[in-house]
Amino acid sequence: MLKFLLSRLAVLIPTFLGVSIIAFSFIRLLPGDPVMLMSGERVMAPERHAEIMHELGYDRPLPVQYLDYLGGVLTGDFGKSVVTKRPVVDDFFKLFPATLELSLCAIIIAVVLGIPAGVLAAVKRGSFFDQTVTGAALVGYSMPIFWWGLLLIIVFSGVLQWTPVSGRISLLYFFKPVTGFMLIDSLLSGQKGAFASAVNHLILPAIVLATIPLAVIARQTRSAMLEVLGEDYVRTARAKGLSPLRVVGLHALRNALIPVITTVGLQVGVLMAGAILTETIFSWPGIGKWMVDSVSRRDYPVIQSGLLIIAGIIMMVNLIVDVLYGLVNPRISHD
Amino acid sequence: MVQATDSTPAAKAAASVRRRMLGEFWFYFSENRGAVIGLWVFVALVVIAIFAPLIAPHSPIHQYRDALLVPPVWQEGGRWEFLLGTDPVGRDVLSRLIYGSRFSLFIGIVVVTVALTFGIVLGLIAGYFRGGIDIAIMRVMDIILAFPSLLLALVLVAILGPGLMNAMIAIALVYQPHFVRLTRASVMSEMNRDYVVSAKVAGAKPFYLMTRTLLPNCVAPLIVQATLSFSNAILDAAALGFLGLGAQPPTPEWGTMLAEAREFILRAWWVVTFPGLAILITVLAINLMGDGLRDALDPKLKRS
Repeated sequence: MLKFLLSRLAVLIPTFLGVSIIAFSFIRLLPGDPVMLMSGERVMAPERHAEIMHELGYDRPLPVQYLDYLGGVLTGDFGKSVVTKRPVVDDFFKLFPATLELSLCAIIIAVVLGIPAGVLAAVKRGSFFDQTVTGAALVGYSMPIFWWGLLLIIVFSGVLQWTPVSGRISLLYFFKPVTGFMLIDSLLSGQKGAFASAVNHLILPAIVLATIPLAVIARQTRSAMLEVLGEDYVRTARAKGLSPLRVVGLHALRNALIPVITTVGLQVGVLMAGAILTETIFSWPGIGKWMVDSVSRRDYPVIQSGLLIIAGIIMMVNLIVDVLYGLVNPRISHD
Repeated sequence: MVQATDSTPAAKAAASVRRRMLGEFWFYFSENRGAVIGLWVFVALVVIAIFAPLIAPHSPIHQYRDALLVPPVWQEGGRWEFLLGTDPVGRDVLSRLIYGSRFSLFIGIVVVTVALTFGIVLGLIAGYFRGGIDIAIMRVMDIILAFPSLLLALVLVAILGPGLMNAMIAIALVYQPHFVRLTRASVMSEMNRDYVVSAKVAGAKPFYLMTRTLLPNCVAPLIVQATLSFSNAILDAAALGFLGLGAQPPTPEWGTMLAEAREFILRAWWVVTFPGLAILITVLAINLMGDGLRDALDPKLKRS
């Protein structure tokens, strides 16, 4: 196990360094003068220009600048936002809980609906239910989620007026964030109606973000289950006279879930990409919207470090999934 | 000369084998009803895209100042000249959708061609030569895959500057590692087969081995991946257009149309609904086709 972890880290560390080099070079590849871009001033005396260059450290050779940046990253200093003037890490940790809350809700929806739907579809292969699940999964998988979000807004916010259009909670409620998760904080605040308001704000974005993972998980569960149901040990279990529930639930599902775990883990990247669009549509103050806003505001330190942090998180999650995969599937030995 | 070579027995046999392979392919493909429907929808889209100027009732960018936000014809206030209504500046939605099909198909073709070409070349090199060059190529691909594709494309476009061309370049770059991995994996599994070894022994040069001997046997998974990338490219390009970084107004690209229509969603449902529906139908048709292709091409999944 330890050996496996070390070998994975041996691949991960160079990859992370590569990611940091890419993130770092992006700003330097930009057309135009970084000082002009960052200061927003159009005319500048050459001395002042040189002074700022020196202040920002841009007059040093590139490798030195990179090592300086990397050194900062390793000690938790990811640079400062040009717009807010705050450290990038501070902004990140302020906004990250919003994205985490939304993503967790989305993945819970996707798993809770997707796995049973896939299992049932496989067990009743060819039935009306199977065809519905397969068809719906294909539509969900092909869905432009930014449009799907707008449609839900038209129906539930426009026509039915059930849900708000944007934000995380009604402006009527105000409390200090404790966990950063609006659902938990609103309960802790003890204010009447706060929790309902938070749920109301969360429900549409969570559904939109869950759509693609739900479709992928349902499809994957169905095909994994179909494969397992054809195995000899399932036939043996059936022949022994075990109840269908025991055969499916105990013997088949446990093995079918192994590839599904990998699929669920791989959804982290999908969720991040989805968060960019979902948060933009619903004005959800999270990491996705932060990145889009930084791109349009040309806030380069944020783009650079945001990219690095997000890629780092995804790599970490993938590593954890790999380790989990080994734990649930003893057939894969890590030696 | 061409006819003469065609009539040799060997060429005839090869042609008949090819015909039989095509026949077998069509047999498996047509068994999948969804795939056939997807194929027909896709063919219809291609026809619409090619003949857009003949089919579209209006110019996609002409602004009818007397017809702002006219609803679709079946709704009260709708007008027969604008079947699916008009947008906030009085352009015919249907005509814009018809012209938009050109952009989506073009995006799909360009992205897949670029990603496939570079992916195959790099994958062949990595899988054939192995060693240091393989490690170098695969590390770079791992780095690209470490980013969520839409995020990386977003940042790339921010650097290159917004626009359809840059969006396509960014998406192609982000998709290419999948093709590299697939090509490399199938090259490595074919390398030790007898036919490759015998071609080597017969004195085939690396270039000939890679392109003539190995590549044709790696095609099936690449075709399936290419179909998937085709539909994903359309989705991602529309997403970039929606975020204001893809095709720029007044281009009638579907994602860009959605972005322009966003502030009117609660007042005029049609300007939002139809472009998205067009994206969904196109992507769905291609994905249906992709499922059919996988069933027909992947011998492992072929029903016995």
